[in-house]
Amino acid sequence: MTDMWQLSALELDAALQAGEVSSVEATKAALDRIDGVDSALHAFLHVDAEGALDAAADADKRRSTGESTPLLGVPIAVKDVLATRGLPTTCGSRILQDWVPPYDATVVAKLKLAGMPILGKTNMDEFAMGSSTEHSAYGPTRNPWDLDRIPGGSGGGSAAAVAAHEAPLAIGTDTGGSVRQPSAVTGTVGVKPTYGGVSRYGLIALASSLDQAGPVARTVLDAALLHDVIAGHDPMDSTSVDTVWPSMAEAARNGSVGGLRIGVVKQLGGEGYQPGVRARFDDAVKLLVSAGADVVEVSCPHFEYALAAYYLILPSEASSNLAKFDAMRYGLRVLPEGGVNAETVMAATREAGFGDEVKRRIILGTFALSSGYYDAYYGQAQKVRTLICRDFAAAFEDCHVLISPTAPTTAFKFGDKLDDPLAMYLNDIATIPANLAGTPGLSLPSGLADEDSLPAGIQILAPAMQDARLYATAAPLESLLHDHLGGPVLDAVPALGASA
Amino acid sequence: MAEHTSSTSASLTLDDVARLARLARIDLTDAELDHLAPQLAVIVEAVAAVGEVAADDVPPTAHPLGFRNVTRADVVRPSLAPQEALTGAPAVEQQRFSVPRILEEEA
Repeated sequence: MTDMWQLSALELDAALQAGEVSSVEATKAALDRIDGVDSALHAFLHVDAEGALDAAADADKRRSTGESTPLLGVPIAVKDVLATRGLPTTCGSRILQDWVPPYDATVVAKLKLAGMPILGKTNMDEFAMGSSTEHSAYGPTRNPWDLDRIPGGSGGGSAAAVAAHEAPLAIGTDTGGSVRQPSAVTGTVGVKPTYGGVSRYGLIALASSLDQAGPVARTVLDAALLHDVIAGHDPMDSTSVDTVWPSMAEAARNGSVGGLRIGVVKQLGGEGYQPGVRARFDDAVKLLVSAGADVVEVSCPHFEYALAAYYLILPSEASSNLAKFDAMRYGLRVLPEGGVNAETVMAATREAGFGDEVKRRIILGTFALSSGYYDAYYGQAQKVRTLICRDFAAAFEDCHVLISPTAPTTAFKFGDKLDDPLAMYLNDIATIPANLAGTPGLSLPSGLADEDSLPAGIQILAPAMQDARLYATAAPLESLLHDHLGGPVLDAVPALGASA
Repeated sequence: MAEHTSSTSASLTLDDVARLARLARIDLTDAELDHLAPQLAVIVEAVAAVGEVAADDVPPTAHPLGFRNVTRADVVRPSLAPQEALTGAPAVEQQRFSVPRILEEEA
């Protein structure tokens, strides 16, 4: 028999609606699972059993009065970069250790409104800077597929929690791939919506023009259901798109790949991509063709420069955004020896409170924005951004969606890239273009790589505002892959020894 | 800062990184400086590739969807009470943020 913690969000929602289980029972099952396995994984920085069970009891009450909105009573994990009123929010940084926000991020408020109990806050690279969670000040999260390997980053905690069945759903944030790359290396589904599709209010900013929160799930339809809960215009975020979004769940349910024109991006594949990742991608392309899709190769020549542009735009915005951590109004305050004034306190606090990667990027951003270098670095990167937007526009004139491997490799071992920042940055080479262009992207598991039996991901990209197209493509592809592989990729994830 | 020889080639020295860290208000240790400076030099060299494309006739993109000047109605709305706004403060005095001295005392 299937244990309650193994149910997908959709299955759990149906069981709740049928009265077969209560939200309190489902939430308790998730908390027990976390109790059983998280000491091995460290996906959570903070677990809020009491708050989650209270919210679950409320959800049960709402169900008992006849309410049946989607995901009512389905528990969820939230990345620690989103402000949660009364719950610690650290961004994986020492500078925010023990900080408890006095307000909720809009995404969090929407989860609460939907009656989804929040299990806790998930681990991440400090301020979402990284691809491995090794940059968390509180220690890394381990990949449930192999505890010696990274779960991706920055949202490795959310991805690992969902892959290890600690939570049926999670919220991540994606600035350059921080939802999609962890999903790829943990065998989960992760989505970066169109920029402005989900409110950034209360999402502690890394790079304001790139950041976007999105769903992490075990199936495409589960991700779509969560997307429908969190999307929508928010007057508290001036970059929020003022539109009424179509139902992503409907798109997932009714999607078909027959007659779809799909572009394989020439620049996102080939050399530098692990053979097993490429092989699973090629298999998926064959399945799409066999189901009636028209698959063509498209060229986006300026994608070659996306990584360089990203590592100027992101640090520039980050150096500005992180200036607010100045030891004055909240967070850590370190009083240096010797002369204590505002400036020495700031410098001592930021030295003690930030880790290596954050320091690297703040210094890099300070450089790119400095007089005499601004035009050649930040200004030039913004122009490259225009060229990348144009490449996307040209490709989408010919194709409904574009596809590529999500990440160039499967999960690597801890320490492999820690002291080689450029090698670490390459993990996001295929995901970054969508952030620069503000377009939506989705990663789903394509299978296990032959050489290491670890999950690989396939990425689907759509034009801005066409998020529904991601789901309409991904859901039928997911079922083609299930037929081809004999079931969901996640069925092969190790049990982690707990309550089986 | 290093001699600015061409528009796309700047090599970061240890002194440059020390100066940038001071501008960014990070009190780096010497050991950190030795560790971070060569890494940053490599990164700056790599990102200089943006200079290889995009001529003068390409406009810059700051916002991917091109929104401008989004404003809200200028009306009074509820906000955090002072004691809530002060919950995270490192030090509080008389319902205010208590901060270190900004200016040195006059001699």
